[in-house]
Amino acid sequence: MKRFFAILLTAMAAAFASAAQARVTIDITQGNVDPMPIAVPNFIGGDDNASALGRDITGVLMSNLDRSGLFQVIDQRAYIYNREEFGVNTRPRFADWRIINAQVLVAGEIEELPDGRMQVSTRVWDVYANEQLGAVAFKTPADNWRRAAHKVADFVYKTLTGEEGYFDTRVVFVHETDDKQNRTKRLMIMDQDGANPVPLTDGLNYQVLTPRFSPTQQQITYMALFQNRPGQVYLFNIETGEQEQLGTFRGMTFAPRFSPDGTKVIMSMERNGNSDVFKMDLATRRLTRLTDNPSIDTSPTMSPDGRRIAFTSDRGGSQQIYTMNADGGGQKRITFGDGFYQTPVWSPRGDLIAFTRQYKGRFYIGVIRPDGTGERLLTESFLDEGPTWSPNGRVIMFYRQTPTRRDGSGGDASLWSVDLTGRNLRRIRTPAGASDPAWSPLLP
Amino acid sequence: MSTKFLKIAGAVASLALISACASSTGPDIDTTAGADTGAGSGPVGAVPGSQEDLEQSAGHRVFFAYNQYTLTPQAQATLSRQAAWLKEYPETRIVLAGNCDERGTREYNLALGARRAEAARAYLSSLGVDSSRITTVSYGKERPLDPRSTEEAWSLNRNATTTISSVGS
Repeated sequence: MKRFFAILLTAMAAAFASAAQARVTIDITQGNVDPMPIAVPNFIGGDDNASALGRDITGVLMSNLDRSGLFQVIDQRAYIYNREEFGVNTRPRFADWRIINAQVLVAGEIEELPDGRMQVSTRVWDVYANEQLGAVAFKTPADNWRRAAHKVADFVYKTLTGEEGYFDTRVVFVHETDDKQNRTKRLMIMDQDGANPVPLTDGLNYQVLTPRFSPTQQQITYMALFQNRPGQVYLFNIETGEQEQLGTFRGMTFAPRFSPDGTKVIMSMERNGNSDVFKMDLATRRLTRLTDNPSIDTSPTMSPDGRRIAFTSDRGGSQQIYTMNADGGGQKRITFGDGFYQTPVWSPRGDLIAFTRQYKGRFYIGVIRPDGTGERLLTESFLDEGPTWSPNGRVIMFYRQTPTRRDGSGGDASLWSVDLTGRNLRRIRTPAGASDPAWSPLLP
Repeated sequence: MSTKFLKIAGAVASLALISACASSTGPDIDTTAGADTGAGSGPVGAVPGSQEDLEQSAGHRVFFAYNQYTLTPQAQATLSRQAAWLKEYPETRIVLAGNCDERGTREYNLALGARRAEAARAYLSSLGVDSSRITTVSYGKERPLDPRSTEEAWSLNRNATTTISSVGS
């Protein structure tokens, strides 16, 4: 217990100090041509059980750090340290780690507690400055080891970048099975790294499309596509499994997205073939019209401060991105490039809007500033679509569909992530075809 | 009492026939098919007023250009035949479903499919088909007829499809 507090105090001291004089830092706003070499020896444990937990946690931690693209996790087989003398509370022999060119060392320890929980203690060391960059310890049930590993990864990420991590998060997405003409589409949730996939809806007689996470609650909004009646927007409570149609409308409702405070859903409603953008207050269920235009207005997304909304419209003759005030006023076009610009998604940081661009038969995921400047394309393929932001606004997940072969096979969708610089494109493993990812906020 | 029972039995039987026809055509786009060539029996025409009949005598699907929802002259001709057919069966209600190819985003295609269904509905309505008989839906790019990623498949998948939803009032 005493040791736990000692580490906590150190962590606080390190947090205060790090702002002023962090020696090793990663600037994640730049393209990281050279990932930081980092050594992550297995977290140690007092007995076999704790050691096994330590190995499991270290595996997930290394995988997270590696997948971020910011770190080069040095192969454990290269480590030449003395395992007997190594611990979270002993000062490491920095020379052992400099020899393998590690810049940073993560040391950790698992201690099983009498109440069945474990304590996970971690220190982050600057190998060249011979000093501690940060330390953290927390207690959690032993079977929660994956989340513990994600929390440690978030701590390492924050210690070295100065920004919140995104590893202790989940992703809701559409689980796709059966042929392309008759696809079954169900809601599924998994950890950010693809672990623990769990179906949320099963045996439905409708397809689930475009799920989106509430920024404040364990809640999802999505569109249900029915047979022979217009599709409608639903709310889904992840904890209780309760589903609820968000109002009954004559026309189709679609393209839902929560406001950043979680109190409203902005979406499209179709009436007599024309789609406009509306806002629904979830407490009163009052619906407010935001656009009134004879063209298609859809895919609304609200800025994190709640003041602006970006959306797709073809009012200018082709699909382009527009912004407006939260009450529908001040509508203006922000994209002017060739092709189509669609599915704007405002970054949680507010500084960028991610989008899907179609140009000359190819699809791109890109970002642009809300004033329409600074467009950058990050990915390209036959069909890339549906960007979603990591809660820290540094990584974008999207889905990619390959073309169907001549014999009609293939054409499956899969989930991918890319960082803001367009580097580090990675596929996220899913149980089957997967589309429409939506990234959760950091878990509480 | 007994005549009423017979009437109901007859209605159930014809409904069963209709649903059998609808499922046998499935996602097939070949509208000329449908004649039963079962062993020993000669060709049997579609049951009048059935989905199969609509497909054979009018055509149940109209096609659109890429990213468009305006009706081509060919589409207008098909819809005119549908309108005439629907006047023969004034109790029949239909669903008009708008569909899109995969070369667009999901949400925009849902909106575009609604436009296509509405374009077909408005045309039928202009020819005197009561709008209360028509339900419009959009399936966006979610229900392709042809799964291939080819121009040919995409042109088939950009359509508005008419399906009988009920034969009585």
